[in-house]
Formats: sequence, structure tokens, C-alpha cells
Amino acid sequence: MSGAGPRENVFATRMALTNTKLRLKGAETGHSLLAKKRDALTTRFRAILRKVDEAKRKMGRVMQLASFSMAEVTYTTGDISYIVQEQAKLATFRVKAKQENVSGVLLPGFDVDRVPGSDFNLTGLGRGGQQVLRAKEVYAKALETLVELASLQTAFTILDEVIRATNRRVNAIEHIIIPRLDNTIKYIISELDEMDREEFFRLKKVQGKKKRDAGKAERQAITEEEGLLERLDVQQEPTVDLLSTKDEDVIF
Amino acid sequence: MEGLFFNVNNGFLEGIVRGYKSGTLTQSHYASLTQCETLEDFRTQLSATDYGNFLANEPSPLSTATIADKATQTLVDQFNFLRSNSVEPLSKFLDYITYGYMIDNVVLLITGTLHERDTHELLERCHPLGIFDTMPALCVATNVEELYQSVLVETPLAPYFRDCLSAADLDDMNIEIIRNTVYKAYLEDFYNYVSTIGSTTAEVMQGILAFEADRRTINITINSFDTELTKEQRAKLFPAIGRLFPAGNNALAKADDIDQVRQVCENVGEYRSFFDNSSAAQGNGDLGDFGVAAQLEDRFFRMEVHLNKLAFLQQFQYGVFYSYVKLKEQEIRNITWIAECIAQDARDRVHDFIPIF
Repeated sequence: MSGAGPRENVFATRMALTNTKLRLKGAETGHSLLAKKRDALTTRFRAILRKVDEAKRKMGRVMQLASFSMAEVTYTTGDISYIVQEQAKLATFRVKAKQENVSGVLLPGFDVDRVPGSDFNLTGLGRGGQQVLRAKEVYAKALETLVELASLQTAFTILDEVIRATNRRVNAIEHIIIPRLDNTIKYIISELDEMDREEFFRLKKVQGKKKRDAGKAERQAITEEEGLLERLDVQQEPTVDLLSTKDEDVIF
Repeated sequence: MEGLFFNVNNGFLEGIVRGYKSGTLTQSHYASLTQCETLEDFRTQLSATDYGNFLANEPSPLSTATIADKATQTLVDQFNFLRSNSVEPLSKFLDYITYGYMIDNVVLLITGTLHERDTHELLERCHPLGIFDTMPALCVATNVEELYQSVLVETPLAPYFRDCLSAADLDDMNIEIIRNTVYKAYLEDFYNYVSTIGSTTAEVMQGILAFEADRRTINITINSFDTELTKEQRAKLFPAIGRLFPAGNNALAKADDIDQVRQVCENVGEYRSFFDNSSAAQGNGDLGDFGVAAQLEDRFFRMEVHLNKLAFLQQFQYGVFYSYVKLKEQEIRNITWIAECIAQDARDRVHDFIPIF
């Protein structure tokens, strides 16, 4: 019944009914839109999840390769960390951020920007330079995988949050807002019906009373008429003293 | 003649060093080391060798760097024992061995000073064989000019620095060029020195040093392809000794790719094999030049080990000391390599070390 669920506090008027109906329609449109968005995001989310999985596996392999190439460098050249640290003046490996729009959600993405050339290309000149170069290449590749993974992971967490929020909204609309509006509408309608019935009843009552009154008046008129006739009859037998009766004054 | 009196001064130490040599890891040791599953097994296996319980006090988990450090420490201890028991001219010869490491250390300090770092921290990073008493004095220098002066005053490397570089050079030259310039001077000086201390030593050592020089020449050539190092600069870094000198060096100074290097090496019988079947490696879809060069490095190591082993066949000469240090270094590299392979679970590469005996 109308009073069963929660409803909004409105006066049961036709105006409120129209408004509420409009709002219900709006809520339904919003619900379907949000549901679509959620589906789009979920599709994207699944794709990213798959990619994250791939990238993580790849990272495992690549990092292993990279640290192994470092072992090769240590084997041939010895410890080069300090020299390399000090020789490096300019970052040759940079990360650029970009944004991607997935159904209204801004996902940050990271791009690798490699500057060719190197500051320490003479490291290991006398011995092991090739290994150093190779380790550098392998590590650059490993870093690329890491950057890729990073943008995937960021997208993953952001999408996750957005999907949760959207889900919450969809559920809220579906289970709270729409039923409440429904209830409100039902309430308003039932109130209006009630009012209609009351009005109808009142009208009936008024009509009945009027009818009764009319009947009464008729009956009275009839009896009066009869009385008059009787009197006329009575008057015809005795002589009527015309003076005893007085005509009503006629006013023009 | 020299054999007659050799044992008066050096017999004891030669005996010691040959004893040390028999303590180097053998094939069977390597075989059991490569079978290890973890670094703990590795430690147990090593304790059965001449290294003894050098890792006993290390907390688990072991790192490969620790193993390398400790193994180097045993070598340094042995070397210091030899050095403190030696008399002229052997002590001088042993000093010469340390100069190579000293160059690395000084270059490290120069790098630190150039970039205005606290050079005291760098002392720990220095190679223990190249540490000399006055090294902390170098840390006092705050700019390159001062450092240059203190290198001249405090270190035995003074002649090399004086002849090759000025203080201004330290500022604007690439640190690797400095290192190689000084090293070139050192190699040449060492070469001259060994020829003054007896014919057997000269014979053994000159072979080793000539190879070392050629190896540097070839390496510098290959590593300077496609870099800002000009050909004139490159030519200046080539040691003026070795079997490739002078014709080969001239050709290498002009070389533009690895094939030209190969042609130069064809002229020397021993080096011909370095580039053998490197084409096969290329065919395998290996990393092209990388593959060749990586293989080359491996072959250089093999050749070095081979030459150093030959040094033990001659008696009454100092070459054994140098060779022992080099072989032991290679052994430490091998141990580190195997440990690294075990730690990183790269079973397929574990046999890529160079067995010594």
C-alpha cells in the first residue's frame, strides 16, 4: 500500500504528482545511463586486469634478465655503480604523463620518452663496455615494462574506485530512489483518490439533502394546496365574510 | 745465473705462492659448486675448499656481493703476506701489481672530487689491493687542482699522471679517458720494468703484459664505436706495447666496425681464434655485435687464464706472483658468477665461467 515504504514528504497535490513523476522518469533514465557506464567501465576494467596480469608476468621475466645482465657486467668489469652514478648528468629515460577518457573517467597513462645517446657510454672502455651497454639496454627495456605496468596499475585502481562509486549509485537509484519515488507517487495517487471519493461522497450527500429538501418542500406544497382547497370548499358552503379576510397588499 | 741466487731471497715466497696456487679450485670443486641449490649449500661447499670458513661469520641470507668481498679479502690477505715478506726487487714487482688497482681507486676519487662528493665514503669502495697508506690524504683535496697535486706528491702513480695529464685535463676530460690514459702509461712502465729484472721474468711477464695491452687496445676500439671518442683520442689510449703494436694499433685506430678489428687480429696467430665462429653466434640471432663482443670478452678471459697458467711452468721468476693474483681474481669472478647464477636461478648459464685448473 501507499504507506508501506518510505516516501517523500510532499503534499498530495496534482502538481506534486506531476513533479514526482518527472523525477521518477529522470531517475530511470539516470539509472540506465549509469548502468551503461558501469558496463563500459567493467569491460575496460577486465581488459586492464588482463593486461596487468600479462605485464606482471613479463616484468618478472624482464627484471630477471636485467639483473642477470648486471651480473654479467660485474663479472667482466667489476663495480661500476659509482662511476655510472656520477657520469650521468641528464636523464635519458623519461616518463611522460597523458590522460585518457573512458566514459567520463580520466585515466592517467605514462609514456616512455627515451633520449638517444648516453652519458656514460665510455664506461668500461678498457674492459666490458659492451656488457655495460647491453645491461643498459636490458634495463631500459625493463623500465619500459615497469612504466607500462605503472600506468596499468594506476588505471586499475582508479577504475576500481569509479566502478564502485558507479555501482553504489546504480544500486542507490535502483533500490532507494526509484522505490521511494514510486511510493510517493502511489501515496499521492491514493491521497488524491481518497480526496476524490470524499468529494464524491460529499457531493452525493449534498445532492441527497437537496433531493430530500426538495421532496419535503413539494410535499408541503401539496398539503398546503390541499388545505387551501379544503378551505375553499368550506368557504363555499358558509358565506364568506369578505371583510374578515384581507388581501395582501399589492406592491408595485 | 739468476736461477742460482733466486732462492736466497725469493725461494720461500715462491714456495708459498705455488702452495697457494695448488689451493685454487679444481674442476671437481666447480662441478660440486654448480650443483648447489641455494647459497647456503654454496657456503658449505666452499668451506670444504681452501677458502675454509671465510663465510662463517656472515649472517644469512648471504648476498653474492658479500661472497665476492670475502673472497677478495682472502686474496688480499695472501697478497699482503707475500708483500710483507718480500725483499727488493720482488717487493717492487709486487708494488707494480698493485698500481693497476691503485689507478682505479685514484680515478674513483677523482670522480668523487669532480662531482664534489664526500670522498671519504669512497674509500670503502676502493679495491683493497689498490689501497696505499697515503690514500686518505687524497680525500683532503676539495678541488681537482689540489687533488692533482696530492696525487703527484702522495702516490706512486705520480710519473704516470705527470707525463700524461695536466690538472686542467682532469676537469674536462671524460673520466674513462683519464683512466685509460693512465693505465696505458702504467702498462708501458710495467713492461719496461719487467725487462730489467731478469730474462725469465721478462719472458713470462712480457707475454702476459703484451696480451693485456692488446686486449685493452681491442676493447677500446670496439667500445668506442659510435661514441664521441674521436679516432685521434682513441689512438692515444692504445698502449705502445703488445703484439699488435705498431701496425695493428694503427689499423685499429682507423677501424670503423668489428670486421676491421677482426682483420687486424687475423695477423696475429694467437688472436685469430677470438673472432672464430663469431659469425655463428650472429647467425643464432644473438645480439649481433653485442654477442660477438660478449664472446670476445669471454675469450680474452680464457686467454688470460691460459697465459697465466703458463707462467707457473717456469721457475725462478716473478711472473708467478702476478699470475697467481690474476688467476685468483678470475677464480673470485667465477665464484661470484656461480653464486649469481644460483641466486638468480639461471641454471643454463651457470657453466659460463672459466675453469682454471
